Amino acid sequence: MTGSISTLAPPAARPGGGKNDLKIVVVSVFEWFGELGIFCARLFRAFTSPYEVSELIHQCDETGSKSLPLVALAGAATGVVLSLQTRDSLIHFGAKSMLPAIIAYSVIKESGPVITGLIVSGRVGAGIGAELGSMRVTEQIDAMEVSAVDPFRFLVATRVLACVLMMPLLTLCADACAIVSGWIADTLAEPISLRHFLDNGFKGARFSDFIPPTLKTLGFGFIIGIVACFQGMRTSGGTEGVGRAATSSVVLSSLFVILADVIFVRLILMIYS
Amino acid sequence: MSQTRSNPNAASVEIRDLRKSFGDQKVLNGITFIVSHGRTVAVLGRSGTGKSVLLKLLVGLQAPDSGSIRVAGEEITGLDPYALNRIRKQMGFLFQQAALYDSLTVAQNVAFPLRNTTLSENDRQEKVRELLSSVGLKEEHFAKMPAEISGGMQKRVGLARALALDPAILLLDEPTAGLDPISAAEIGNLITELKRRRGITAVVVTHDIQGAKTFSDTLVLLNDGHLVAQGTFDDLRKSKNEFAARFLGNGDHVSNGR
Repeated sequence: MTGSISTLAPPAARPGGGKNDLKIVVVSVFEWFGELGIFCARLFRAFTSPYEVSELIHQCDETGSKSLPLVALAGAATGVVLSLQTRDSLIHFGAKSMLPAIIAYSVIKESGPVITGLIVSGRVGAGIGAELGSMRVTEQIDAMEVSAVDPFRFLVATRVLACVLMMPLLTLCADACAIVSGWIADTLAEPISLRHFLDNGFKGARFSDFIPPTLKTLGFGFIIGIVACFQGMRTSGGTEGVGRAATSSVVLSSLFVILADVIFVRLILMIYS
Repeated sequence: MSQTRSNPNAASVEIRDLRKSFGDQKVLNGITFIVSHGRTVAVLGRSGTGKSVLLKLLVGLQAPDSGSIRVAGEEITGLDPYALNRIRKQMGFLFQQAALYDSLTVAQNVAFPLRNTTLSENDRQEKVRELLSSVGLKEEHFAKMPAEISGGMQKRVGLARALALDPAILLLDEPTAGLDPISAAEIGNLITELKRRRGITAVVVTHDIQGAKTFSDTLVLLNDGHLVAQGTFDDLRKSKNEFAARFLGNGDHVSNGR
């Protein structure tokens, strides 16, 4: 089961074994989702007193503060690239004045949340998968259980909640960096004040344009946290297993963030259009 | 704790017809024995005979396929994780590789099980100091990380952590494995001392026959998933059971003879 989905390796080809392999993969996928469902149910039961507040703060620091430079840099790069790429096309169509609005809307509605989600999937997802995986194979999680400390409450709930809480804040930072860097790139080509750039960018903006796309990152945070914790907690097979857990945490959480984005965007459009 | 001590049967462990398989491999095949309050049982057997699995079943880390485990008079098979935690507070567990939290210091490791107790911070620190001193660790090691101390010290820290909640029952998985003879003897003495001072009921999985002779009241011998013999060291050594006599008489002989 772990073999098929967590390593994402195709089943080995055997003469006449194609149908069986497909069946095994399909069953494995259903098993994986079933186990994930049970994992989620146990996680929700863990959100009860006593709350592990100090561990939650520590995890918020690990997830939020330590991801901030990377997220800010990725946001800034996105803003510059958007400005450079869009500017020539807009000049060609005589719509150069639309540039601030295009940067602001595209960053806040889509690029910012998705880029932040993928960066956090990579940095935090791999970290959680490897850390919990390593704790699992060295029996540290078993040691926690026999100490009557619930590892779901101490390890999983705190990490998932930290991801959920930090994602919108990191997204706002990425958005801000992207817009400012977009302005810098724009003003280097043709001087424009930041105030004028922002006025143009946010002219006519509505609540539904900016708040829901940022709030959807709560969902991204949950996905990253739960997938990474799930893959880490079910690690087996020594150091090789830890490597697999880290890799599969990143791959699966990134994949599910992108798929969830499609669903969230559709939902937001249904609700607000 | 005091309640546990007042009831003579409260810290007993009863295992009846315990079976556990992994796939086709039957690891435990109908194990039955009782550890009475305040007694120490050493579980012996060749590698891969399910000794460590037996300890994990006793503490609820794994579920048996069938059979009964009663800890302190309460059936623990089938309990949910939250009900199990109540039982686990009466048990201490030392893992074979100590399983110390590698991101916490020695003192923080021992303090970890105390995090959800009502002890004040000062009392907690005092208790940690007392526990670490009782297993022979000097104060200069308290702030070190597990990777910075020797294997013997890690075992001592693991033992101190296992004792943090004042357990009535102690489960020790290979407490002397991988240690030099002096450290192994010191750990053996610690177990004897704990038994004498605290009246703890203990189940010790070990390959250390001399150690088992010193600190245990009864020996349980497993082979191929079956309990082949139980009794005192001398009983088993003189036993007509060939495996028991050979195992206790000369471990090398058994290994080579199979």
